[in-house]
Amino acid sequence: MKKSMIAVGVLALAAIGASAQSLNGAGATFPYPIYSKWFSEYNQQHPSVKINYQSIGSGGGIRQVSDGIVDFGASDGPMSNEQIAAAKVKTQHIPTVLGAVVPVYNIQGLNKELNFSGDVIADIYLGKITKWNDPRIAKDNPGVNLPAKPILPVYRSDGSGTTYIFTDYLSKVSSDWSSKVGKNTSVKWPVGIGQKGNEGVAGMVRQSPNSFGYVELIYAVQNKMSFGSVKNASGKFVKATTEGVTAAAASAAKTMPADYRVSITNAQGPASYPISSFTWLLVPTHSTDATKTKALKDFLNWMLDHGEGEASGLSYAPLPKQVQDMVRKTVAEIK
Amino acid sequence: MRAVRPAPSSAEQSTSLAAESPSVVRNFLNSRGSGRLADASFATLMLICASTIFLIVLFIFWILIHNSHLSLVAFGWKFFTREAWDPVSGDFGALPFIYGTLMTSLLALAMAVPLALGVAIFLTELCPRPLRAPISFLSELLAAIPSVVYGLWAVFVLVPLMRDTIGPFLAKTLGWTGFFEGPNFGVGLLTASIILAIMILPIISSLTRDIMTAVPNSQREAVLALGATRWEMIRIGVLRNSRIGIVGAVMLGLGRALGETMAVTMVIGNHPDISKSLFAPGYTLASVIANEFSEATGDLYYSALIEIGLALFLVTIVVNAIARLMVWAVTRGAPSRVS
Repeated sequence: MKKSMIAVGVLALAAIGASAQSLNGAGATFPYPIYSKWFSEYNQQHPSVKINYQSIGSGGGIRQVSDGIVDFGASDGPMSNEQIAAAKVKTQHIPTVLGAVVPVYNIQGLNKELNFSGDVIADIYLGKITKWNDPRIAKDNPGVNLPAKPILPVYRSDGSGTTYIFTDYLSKVSSDWSSKVGKNTSVKWPVGIGQKGNEGVAGMVRQSPNSFGYVELIYAVQNKMSFGSVKNASGKFVKATTEGVTAAAASAAKTMPADYRVSITNAQGPASYPISSFTWLLVPTHSTDATKTKALKDFLNWMLDHGEGEASGLSYAPLPKQVQDMVRKTVAEIK
Repeated sequence: MRAVRPAPSSAEQSTSLAAESPSVVRNFLNSRGSGRLADASFATLMLICASTIFLIVLFIFWILIHNSHLSLVAFGWKFFTREAWDPVSGDFGALPFIYGTLMTSLLALAMAVPLALGVAIFLTELCPRPLRAPISFLSELLAAIPSVVYGLWAVFVLVPLMRDTIGPFLAKTLGWTGFFEGPNFGVGLLTASIILAIMILPIISSLTRDIMTAVPNSQREAVLALGATRWEMIRIGVLRNSRIGIVGAVMLGLGRALGETMAVTMVIGNHPDISKSLFAPGYTLASVIANEFSEATGDLYYSALIEIGLALFLVTIVVNAIARLMVWAVTRGAPSRVS
């Protein structure tokens, strides 16, 4: 009796396995919440396609899709030219949503939220600005009573797309930063202490008086943290919102390259929030398995039609209209 | 059973009691034929079990060497003495991490070993009987707490305590030594060492207690009978007899301290620097792997992180070897007596 039931179960499973198309992806952790929502919704609407995604990190995602281990990858930073040259499987970058990084701080008895210029943030992490009442911080914050206390800079100790976006921005606004430190998922921080994850940085900043750190916009919004405004390329102090991030992407749309490997930090436009970035799916341009490619293309089109609308619900900024149209053309070209 | 037993003959009956009623064991051994094959196959089976340990170690070593090939070629053996760690320009070295690992582990041992010995001595020699079970139970419970829980506790309790109370006190009283200089943010080498000490304390103390309990009571009575005080009895009768076991317990604690990742990462500050001040943030070999491995883009970076794993492997081997040598040097030819 038992045996026959097991046999029936196995047969049923085998039948499902045969009819369902499963796609495996791996990569970035930053967009994982929205990706897992998309993939599970897509599976409900299209039961024949099951998309598995493992958030193993951008580095792992790039490696695995380049080696052909997974059907698609995901990364918070674009692949470098060397990585593209070395990849066994050639891929197309497909932007999905946008994220932003915001400055957080902990100063007791402050009467209003602080403004930061990019070069001030860079010099705090370079160890050049060491006290809160430094004239350059005071200049951006007229009328704020800043304490004469040493700043404790806090950074992400784990490699992360957040750090990539943040250091990419600092490299653009400070020549010192780009020559001494540069941009990467983790860098050689001149001063400060490292904490693991957004929650580690946020926890440290919340606990330590006179500290300064950076976290993802989504994390700050979901945890109702107050954060500072950042001066954009047009000289305006902008407080991060999903609209401000989408505006930054829209201003970069005119000069968007065909492979979408573009940095939109410090974007032009008065409404643009300067520390913003795309996150990408890495989709093989030529696949041997036609059914898989078709399933993946169907999903990407669904993402553009329905998925983007759900992004802001989870505090991700959706792609601007112009970029959505571009991506639709690119998806159609994938063979 | 009874039915199988052969009827005893009258001659056997008179010779011995054993022969009169052959035991179950003897019956089994007589009935199962030659033991030669069984002995040989058992020995082979056990040899295979033992050699899996060698194979696993060799396999780990081989994988570490194989995957760190790029970094081994790029930096050579200098990798272990270089201070750089710059993923952007691809410049890597393990020295600050080796320093952080050894420093926190040794400091943790310095704090935990005297305390653990005290706990064990109290439990085996001095503790009133009704208290013994609850204290032993608690100390074993401490050993079973997952390390991330220790980390959380450290972040919320130990870090503020270090920042506001212990740190300023140390800076005021012992600041002249140079070990407690510079800004104190509550995270750093000292905080990491303290949390490690708390984590390895129950391991060392419960093992040491078991070892001390195993010392025969005749040893204690003999020393006391010669007129020793309680402390002298413990020193001569108990500690001297159990020192090899105690060193073993300390080594197990050190092993945990060297490899501990989560709790240390949460409070050490994760900044690869070599600094004399214990308030300064540091970094350990295990922490940097846990932090940076998943997002390591670029082959050299990836390979350098694997080589950090190799460094941790080698540090563990070297530290263990030194400890074995020390035990050997101390106990060589020395009888377990007071000279």
